[in-house]
Amino acid sequence: MYTRFALFFLTLTTTLWSQAWASDSHDSHAESTEAFNPSEFIIHHIADAHDIHLWGEGHSAVHIPLPIIVYSDQHGLDVFMSSAFEGHGDVRTAIRPSGATYELSHGHISLAHADHGHDHDHGDHAHHGPHVYDLSITKSIFGMLLMLALMIVMFGRMAKSYRSRPGQAPTGLTNALEPMVIFLRDEIAIPNIGEKKAERFLPFLMSVFFFIFFANLLGLVPFIGGFNVTGTLGITMVLATFVFLITTLNGNKHYWGHLFWPPGVPLFVMPIIIPIEIVGMFLKPIVLMIRLTANISAGHIIILSFVSLILIFGKGGEAMAAGYGIGLFSTAFMIFMYCLELLVAFLQAFVFTLLAAIYFGEATHEAHH
Amino acid sequence: MEALLTPAFGTVVWSTIAFLVVMFLLRKMAWGPILAALKEREESISTALNEADKARSEMTALQEDNNRLLQEARAERDSMLREARDLADQVVAEAKSKAKEEANREAENARQAIATERKAAVAELKAEVAKLSVAIAEQLVRTELSSNDKQEALVQKLIEESPLN
Repeated sequence: MYTRFALFFLTLTTTLWSQAWASDSHDSHAESTEAFNPSEFIIHHIADAHDIHLWGEGHSAVHIPLPIIVYSDQHGLDVFMSSAFEGHGDVRTAIRPSGATYELSHGHISLAHADHGHDHDHGDHAHHGPHVYDLSITKSIFGMLLMLALMIVMFGRMAKSYRSRPGQAPTGLTNALEPMVIFLRDEIAIPNIGEKKAERFLPFLMSVFFFIFFANLLGLVPFIGGFNVTGTLGITMVLATFVFLITTLNGNKHYWGHLFWPPGVPLFVMPIIIPIEIVGMFLKPIVLMIRLTANISAGHIIILSFVSLILIFGKGGEAMAAGYGIGLFSTAFMIFMYCLELLVAFLQAFVFTLLAAIYFGEATHEAHH
Repeated sequence: MEALLTPAFGTVVWSTIAFLVVMFLLRKMAWGPILAALKEREESISTALNEADKARSEMTALQEDNNRLLQEARAERDSMLREARDLADQVVAEAKSKAKEEANREAENARQAIATERKAAVAELKAEVAKLSVAIAEQLVRTELSSNDKQEALVQKLIEESPLN
């Protein structure tokens, strides 16, 4: 059964990808005669976007539009759907009834140069146009909101199930989530923070863990536009900043003492140790942020690289045989990578939460000596 | 590449707001109740287990008690039986010895009575014999001494017989 399914999947993906490229190549040939550029292709799928690109390229592309929310000094707050951006090239423009013309270029929204005429002087804005605050619900933000909403639904239902069946064995969804909640409490929070203080940090740790885990899994769902929520630097930066703030705000005398005057260190080493400790304090959350972003993005990049291999060898439908041959090989590797990514999805959520718990534990650790 | 490595302003703003809101919402409506429910259930399970343990140990204690009581009762019954048997044996033995003694005494009494009776009888017999002897002797004397010749013969005979020398 599994073998047959795998074979079916193999042929299906290979065919789909080859054909997608074949049809796509005609459009892109019309626009530009450039050969397939894998790095551009991969970055396009990894990077955040202002709409959800389902399939197709150029004119036949199918997008799910997302809300664009921009604020500029000239035009104030403006809210519209991303489908207002017209064109298919690198720079797409949206002309608003208010007269403002916005340009979307490589995921960056700015006021168009034509519009710039109203802006009289300001020499340094000449190149980029006046500054636009972009508060759009991008693909990653949409994915994040989706997962947070899912968390509220799932854990709300879980909490309700405890209320409706007090003291009884869990069933269904609760049964699936409960081991993870207990794992977080008994294996991550309590051993690192201590039983008494763990309760204070558990809501954050659980929220972070399940958010990262669910977002990682969302990124692995194929055919929905390739979400890369936990591979978006802005989101991981916010999570890491929370960890940093909680650690710093909860740091007790013992923690700061160890930071600024590590005990048992000879005096002449102090000038080296103290700066290292202080840098380390900031470095820890930065590493937390980079590790998560890099790991999740790397998984996506590897899978997309295998896809690119098919496209490179297929040469835009000219060498179909080579495309199919490499496709078989690549798809086998992609399936393997998907399995690995499922593991990584859990692992990275676990590592982030575990390290956060360790930092909280260090900050609230009572002196023993 | 630049888009990948620069955190976008909007992303930071939205994720900060969304994450904080969801975290506080979940703390109120999910994490708190879930953790409380888990704790409650764990406590109830551990108390149930403790109680079962206690009940089991009480049961064994009770059983031991029962066994001990049973054994004691058995031992008591045994000792009572033994005592009763001993007492009965003693009573029988006493009765036997008493009976023997009585019998002996009776026999002795009988013997003594017989002896006395015999003595009396002998004495009476003796008296009777003496009386009879005297009477016979009288008769004899009367017949023997009825003539002079006979008297002389007798005296003669008596003289001969008597050891005078």
